[in-house]
Amino acid sequence: MSDHFVRTQSSPTLLPPSSRLGVLQWMRENLFSSWANGLFTVAGLYLLTLAFPPIFNWAFLSAVFTGQDGSVCRADGVGACWAFIDAKFNQFVYGRYPAGEQWRVDVTALLGIAGLAPLLVPNRLPKQWFVGFLLLVFPFLAFVLLYGGTAGLVVVETSDWGGLMVTLVVAVTGIAASLPLGVFLALGRRSKMPVIRILSIMFIELWRGVPLITVLFMASVMLPLFLPEGMSFDKLLRALIGVALFSSAYMAEVVRGGLASVPVGQYEAAKALGLTYPQMMSRIVLPQALTTVIPGIVNNFIGLFKDTTLVLVIGLFDLLGIVQSNFTDPAWISPQTSTTGYVFAAFVFWIFCFSMSRYSIYMERRLETDTQR
Amino acid sequence: MSGSAAGGKIGLLTALEGINLMNSRFLPISLALLVGLVVGFFLYPIFVTPADVTGDQPTEAITSIEGEPAVSVLPVVQNRSTLDHVREKGFVRCGVSQGLPGFSNPNDSGNWSGIDVDVCRAVAAAIFGDARKAKFTPLSAKERFTALQSGEIDVLTRNTTWSLTRDTALGLDFVGINYYDGQGFMVRKELGIKSVMELDGAVICTNTGTTTELNVADFFRSNGLTYSIVAFEKSDEVVAAYDAGRCDAFTTDMSGLYSERLKLANMNDHMVLPEVISKEPLGPVVRQGDDQWADIVRWSLFAMIEAEELGVTSDNADDMRGSTNPAIRRLLGVEGAFGQNLGIPNTWAYAIVTQVGNYGQSFERGVGVNTPLGIPRGLNQLWKDGGLQYSPPIR
Repeated sequence: MSDHFVRTQSSPTLLPPSSRLGVLQWMRENLFSSWANGLFTVAGLYLLTLAFPPIFNWAFLSAVFTGQDGSVCRADGVGACWAFIDAKFNQFVYGRYPAGEQWRVDVTALLGIAGLAPLLVPNRLPKQWFVGFLLLVFPFLAFVLLYGGTAGLVVVETSDWGGLMVTLVVAVTGIAASLPLGVFLALGRRSKMPVIRILSIMFIELWRGVPLITVLFMASVMLPLFLPEGMSFDKLLRALIGVALFSSAYMAEVVRGGLASVPVGQYEAAKALGLTYPQMMSRIVLPQALTTVIPGIVNNFIGLFKDTTLVLVIGLFDLLGIVQSNFTDPAWISPQTSTTGYVFAAFVFWIFCFSMSRYSIYMERRLETDTQR
Repeated sequence: MSGSAAGGKIGLLTALEGINLMNSRFLPISLALLVGLVVGFFLYPIFVTPADVTGDQPTEAITSIEGEPAVSVLPVVQNRSTLDHVREKGFVRCGVSQGLPGFSNPNDSGNWSGIDVDVCRAVAAAIFGDARKAKFTPLSAKERFTALQSGEIDVLTRNTTWSLTRDTALGLDFVGINYYDGQGFMVRKELGIKSVMELDGAVICTNTGTTTELNVADFFRSNGLTYSIVAFEKSDEVVAAYDAGRCDAFTTDMSGLYSERLKLANMNDHMVLPEVISKEPLGPVVRQGDDQWADIVRWSLFAMIEAEELGVTSDNADDMRGSTNPAIRRLLGVEGAFGQNLGIPNTWAYAIVTQVGNYGQSFERGVGVNTPLGIPRGLNQLWKDGGLQYSPPIR
């Protein structure tokens, strides 16, 4: 009877009030959501204004960027001595590796990246080929390239290796060796066979109960005295073995935590399906266990990466070691040299560790299962 | 929901049972292991060191601050001479510091330089006629003697103080002195002090637990002066404290004072006092029992000193071969067969002087007044200039 009106279009949406928009709203939500948070914001800003200008001034405004030697950094009121980093950069990356041979290090690094990159991001390339290359071919290639002695390459003694290169060699070897070794040790520790279980426990508890610095000292100072004269292991090799065994014990405990978190029903279901032990572990249990402990594993990797600086005590110059040893170059000694060097080393280490950490978060998200919160 | 909860419960139960199992079965085993480890720890010195060493000494190898392992490890028995071994390898391997300014430090191109490094290069030049055939192993203070004893290095050219204990107990031989060091003091110029004797009542900064601290105590007590010590673990902290004005004087080895001075905010406001209160003769070390090798290292150093005394430098050595001075002719191998007596080429000293330089050149290049360190020759002048550097005649 009566006309009724049916609206056919929705009315245009209005913007929220201006105080609820953009920067203001963001600040209201994030900085001043309560009076306590507001107070913290103000205090934080105050601290920033205290700390930031001197740091900025030191790092950029009054810093020395170019110079032939340390005399420029010995001037009054000078900030960071970046000229020192500039002059020594090559050494910080390659150590005392001969200049004409440094391409070998670059090639090794490129090969490693080429092998690793397809495994890090999801794609359709045949993964097993890359894994095979990395685990079976790459170590030999890297050894031949870095050490030389075959294929017409000059031998470069490991005592000439140094800098970031040694840091990466030690860390990558430790990381690559510790994960598989750690998985085997963790499985061994949970094994029902007494000999394997006891051996695994002994190994893990021995290496976990000894500080890394002691392991390195034993390897460098005591070992040569026990060996017959003329027989000597390479120092770097000793350190690599020590670091790998040490970190595998830690890894074993992390993986064991993951194994324990897999519900027993999964084991039983796998067995009920008639899977053999290797099948059960590789297809049912380990994928779940390892996914759960990704943060722990990456935590170990980061720890290991930073622990590589300890090789300095046995006379190997990793990145930090070579930076420190260059503090003693009389041409560059200045009040700011050591601070600048440490800041640089810290920054490089942070870049590597932070990347690992971000990657692990990405991995966790990608492998996210219903167990994740 | 209920299914997963039940599963969790079962999992928890099995885990608890597992722990119980661990306790009952592994307690005895782990206890036995622990006991074994402790017993092994105390028994191990018997197995690894000669019987005359008492049990408490091996730990000193790791704990002693001076880095002087008190273990008297018997010198490694050499089947053949070090010289043959070195010739076979094709290079001399020297132990150097991990970085001591002017003595052995990496330069911009990554090569080692400094006066300790030069001694090693001189040995290489004497044997091979090529100073580049020297390789360097950086060693910490703790490692240095073990590395030499075990044959890892051929010579130790690492700012090592010569003392009776080290010369006798370690199976090593000191063959010369390439730098006479000693403990000194640095003060602010504004104090107007000219001598250590005026430091009565001073606050002195130094490192903890080193002989430096003991030397200060001895010196001040014997001179009837009062003082107080502010000690730090690391030398950088000592410098920072001194720079911040927490103490009146800063003491360490003279060579160290000059390099630490560069780290001060206004280095020109500070001066090193002339007095030296301790003797720290630094020199190259070889393994005991190979006299020929000791001679080669000793005379390589002497040749550098002798060359300076005779005025032979790397620049004029070629001309000097035509000199009529018999001492120069003998040094440069024009006359006599002195290299032969050492078992190396007769042009050994010529190779040293042309490729490494004489002692004075090496000193000025490494630590001398024209380097940032600016260390005056002092005790390290030639004997005829009032210093202590003296070479027996080469004849």
